[in-house]
Amino acid sequence: MAGYVFPNELEVHWRLFVVIYPYITGLVAGAFIVSSLYHVFGKKELKPVFRLSLVTALSFLLVAPLPLLFHLGQPLRAFNIMWTPNPTSAMAGFGYIYGFYLIVVLLEVWFIFRQDLVKYAGETSGAARIGYNLLTLGAKDVSESTLALDRKIINALAVIGIPSAVLLHGYVGFIFGAVKANAWWSSPLQPVIFLLSAIVSGIALLALVYTVSSYFRGKKIDRECLLALNKYLWAFLLAAIVLEQLDVMQKAYESRATWPVLHALLEEAIPVTHALQIYVGAAIPLVLLLIARWNKVSFKMSYWLTSLSSLMVLIGVLSMRFNVVVGGQLVSKSSQGLTEFHPQAFAGEGVIPTIALLALPVVILAVMTRLLPPWSGEEQDVITTPEKETVVAS
Amino acid sequence: MKHGMDRRSFLNLGGKVIIGSVVSSTAVLLVPNSIKAADKGDNDTVNWEQVWQQQEWGFAIDTKKCIGCARCVKACKEENSVPMDEEVYRTWVERYMQKTNGQMSIESPGGGLEFTPRNEEDVTKSYFVPKLCNQCNKPPCTKVCPVGATYKTGDGVVLVDRKRCVGCGYCIQACPYGARFLHPELKVADKCTWCYHRIVKGLLPACVQVCPTGTRVFGNLADPDNPVTPILKDRIGVLKPAMGTQPRVFYRDLDQGVV
Repeated sequence: MAGYVFPNELEVHWRLFVVIYPYITGLVAGAFIVSSLYHVFGKKELKPVFRLSLVTALSFLLVAPLPLLFHLGQPLRAFNIMWTPNPTSAMAGFGYIYGFYLIVVLLEVWFIFRQDLVKYAGETSGAARIGYNLLTLGAKDVSESTLALDRKIINALAVIGIPSAVLLHGYVGFIFGAVKANAWWSSPLQPVIFLLSAIVSGIALLALVYTVSSYFRGKKIDRECLLALNKYLWAFLLAAIVLEQLDVMQKAYESRATWPVLHALLEEAIPVTHALQIYVGAAIPLVLLLIARWNKVSFKMSYWLTSLSSLMVLIGVLSMRFNVVVGGQLVSKSSQGLTEFHPQAFAGEGVIPTIALLALPVVILAVMTRLLPPWSGEEQDVITTPEKETVVAS
Repeated sequence: MKHGMDRRSFLNLGGKVIIGSVVSSTAVLLVPNSIKAADKGDNDTVNWEQVWQQQEWGFAIDTKKCIGCARCVKACKEENSVPMDEEVYRTWVERYMQKTNGQMSIESPGGGLEFTPRNEEDVTKSYFVPKLCNQCNKPPCTKVCPVGATYKTGDGVVLVDRKRCVGCGYCIQACPYGARFLHPELKVADKCTWCYHRIVKGLLPACVQVCPTGTRVFGNLADPDNPVTPILKDRIGVLKPAMGTQPRVFYRDLDQGVV
């Protein structure tokens, strides 16, 4: 579709950094939801990953504002969004929602790891001892009564955290869904779609972090836990893809004046990433995840299938973010044509800095799991077992 | 020109008030430093609300008169320091060509600055349409701005506070008309202001000033002799009325093919 685009539309303004921003916050929200499934909804099979899920959420949460900050034309004025927020702007909520959520997650992580911190402060020496002592904030009482209070507070934080996570990501969907000028974005389903795909990506990330970290640590994978993650991933993935397709189907069926250009977008501008979103990110994993839960499949096979599906889902959700953020801007507001997007290597929110920003939370996570090992629920006397046995055992 | 005189006499009455109030407002950026210096001191008593009550700017476009010379595009870029070589425009001109097969061909090369003569046989009708910010009554851009950097003045013009804008680009996404862009040098949102710095001094917007055919018509609707009101009494249209933005650039003889 050659067509006509307005002269000011020749450049795409929201580029790769704005693609990975909802991706990262989605991973945060999703990972947090897993910890809530354990804490609030009593899904005890998730015990082996609930601490890991919070540390993962925190690692990604710390990075979440960076792509936005670097994207701004005037990054030094970023705090205007908090000093002089415009009450009618959905985006103005970012600073407050993010700040509140960060506090909730930090507090929850601190309360959950407080006992460990006190222990490490006692066991280590030198700089590490000072560091752990500082992290305890002086609260070194680990008597049963204070730990009981800790648990109460943790439960309260987990409850508060759910609507916060939902808000953090639902509002990102609203930022896109409430732009009436953009035929591809504008949809009341957008916040729900963003939220569901966030949960999907978070569970997939956690499943992958769990399997990969267990592999490298030579630790046994908890079968119940992995299959539970598989189950939740499958259910949320199904809901997400159904709503995503419903949105497109409705647009196609209604065939408003904007449909021809939206159709051209799917067929000509983003066919590859759209296929990644639908087939690699949803259709194939939905089948593989189901096979992995089949009782005739060995645990080793189901381990690999779940890990592979999680990786595919992560690629699919990233593609979905691209298809929404960049795809929507390719559609000219004239409805008469498509503009083009040419990502660069470095400049203009290029590919390499984008990959670096995506890798940063993984690095933070690796460091954090060294400082605060989140591997709870494992028997302390488990000796490193050969990898083969690890995955077959069930 | 009659309307020019009227505005001038109007400003003779309220000129000091207006200029003084400009200094005291956030629009202070738009006023040359010399004026700022000259009027400093007596701006505390200025009441913007009062000034705005006396004027409501109106913009009309007589589409049949446009010849696509794009002098308006060039004048606008020069007047408002919009980089001449970049693909960013506060105003631009589109050429529409209805083909015999029913297809509508639309183009705006270089915002109209690079139009080349076309002499095609399969064209049933052809016309030009100038575009600019519609200064909507219900602007979606001001609604979405997270920091309140873009706002509507009391006399109906949407402005951007360049000292407050964070350059997030949300307003660019929200505008249904493609009227906004990120200024390539200043890294803040930019758009047509109907030359607010000129109109508050009684001058015409640069594009209106240079238009050789009278396609672009501008005036103060509060002034009974303004040149816009007669056009508004004719059959007029606005762009994308279904968006609910209530645009305030009124087009005479707007063709249904215009996007």
